[in-house]
Amino acid sequence: MSGFWVMLRREMAMAWGRGGGPLLALTFFVATATLLPLAVGASPARLAAVAPGSAWLALALASLLSLERLFERDYEDGTLDLLALGPVPLEAVAFAKGLAQWLTNGAPLALAAPVVAVALGAELRLVPLIFISALIGGLGLAFTGGIGAALSLGSKRGGVLIAVLVLPLFAPPVIFGAGAIEAFAGGLDWHPALGLLSAYGLAAAALGPFAMAAACRNALS
Amino acid sequence: MFQALANPQRFMDFSRWAAPLVGIIAVILIAIGLWLTFTVPEDYQQGDTVRMMFIHVPAAYMAMFCYACLGGASFMGLVFRHSLADAAGRACAPLGAGFTFLALVTGSLWGRPMWGTWWVWDARMTSVLVLFLLYIGYMALQAAIDDEVKAARAASILALVGLINLPIIKFSVDWWNTLHQPASVFRAGGPTMPPAYLWPLAIMAIGYMALFGSLWMVRVRSEVWRKRANGLALQAAG
Repeated sequence: MSGFWVMLRREMAMAWGRGGGPLLALTFFVATATLLPLAVGASPARLAAVAPGSAWLALALASLLSLERLFERDYEDGTLDLLALGPVPLEAVAFAKGLAQWLTNGAPLALAAPVVAVALGAELRLVPLIFISALIGGLGLAFTGGIGAALSLGSKRGGVLIAVLVLPLFAPPVIFGAGAIEAFAGGLDWHPALGLLSAYGLAAAALGPFAMAAACRNALS
Repeated sequence: MFQALANPQRFMDFSRWAAPLVGIIAVILIAIGLWLTFTVPEDYQQGDTVRMMFIHVPAAYMAMFCYACLGGASFMGLVFRHSLADAAGRACAPLGAGFTFLALVTGSLWGRPMWGTWWVWDARMTSVLVLFLLYIGYMALQAAIDDEVKAARAASILALVGLINLPIIKFSVDWWNTLHQPASVFRAGGPTMPPAYLWPLAIMAIGYMALFGSLWMVRVRSEVWRKRANGLALQAAG
């Protein structure tokens, strides 16, 4: 068990520096969100209507950024071989990586999401729900993204391939996360969507490590 | 039965006669189905456009059935490590993607006169589009990894992860308010379609399935030959 905590501390330290860390993801998030008013026109009414949903979309895209390096560094310098043979099960290592990805990338993005949404015109009363749905959704995004990252180890295409593999699997969190906010904004019951979002995140966190470990073992064989 | 066919040589012997036979059955059934498609009485509400149902619905069935087959082949490949299971998965994906594309296009063509729109982002259509993207992702992943065995294994993991989409597609019309009509054949309480429509639909569905089975066997055969040819080329080279 202590091995797992060591792994988690290591992963969090690596995640702060990997792929530019959360700062790069945040910048990408803001930059993508900036394109939205340029694309649909700056009329406040129209922007406000799509603000929560498009903030969620930009969040999903920004979550993709540091995924490529999730396993890559360990794979390239041979650490992944040692981890596969070591006392900590590879599934636990994968779980630590996904958790670190969520805490170091997903949490800052979740903090930025309400700011971006309000900047795009969302009402202030939506802010708590936007933060919570982004935080919970980030769990599903981190682990599903981790599956894509593990599957594309040793492939020729890396980043774009991960996006192709993972974006269809991002559909449920985006649907439920943005749906919860839309429901709240419209005065409807937002609990079901948030519940389904949490269910997806927890299922991804529980089952994702097995897929990630299987994919890593395949790449190492 | 699948365990018996897992031996490549036995599969090749079996499919040498099975693939053409199933193909002929497919041609006959689809011919009958198409004749019935154009001769059934028109629907009291939809008029003649209901005939699109006999092309669109079986294609949609096959889109999901092919993914289930892909999942099964992936599971066999991962657990039992049959090279034939890997070949079956690689062979199945383009066929499934083709059926999904057919379902999406014919559905869009049917939706235009019926709903007044080519496309709507409702639950069923979005999840079928996601299915199409999963097929593409499967093929992209296999193409991106050089080592064939590793590529097949990684793609198998991806296929199994994507299996969750199948129940979502099936129940999407029940769980969400969708524009797409709810289930009228495979539902609790039995089908709500009259037999005059149910029979052509069933014949076309079985015809499509036979077509898939025949094409799948042909593609797996060509995969086996390709690997044998590669092996021979390597032997000849050194």
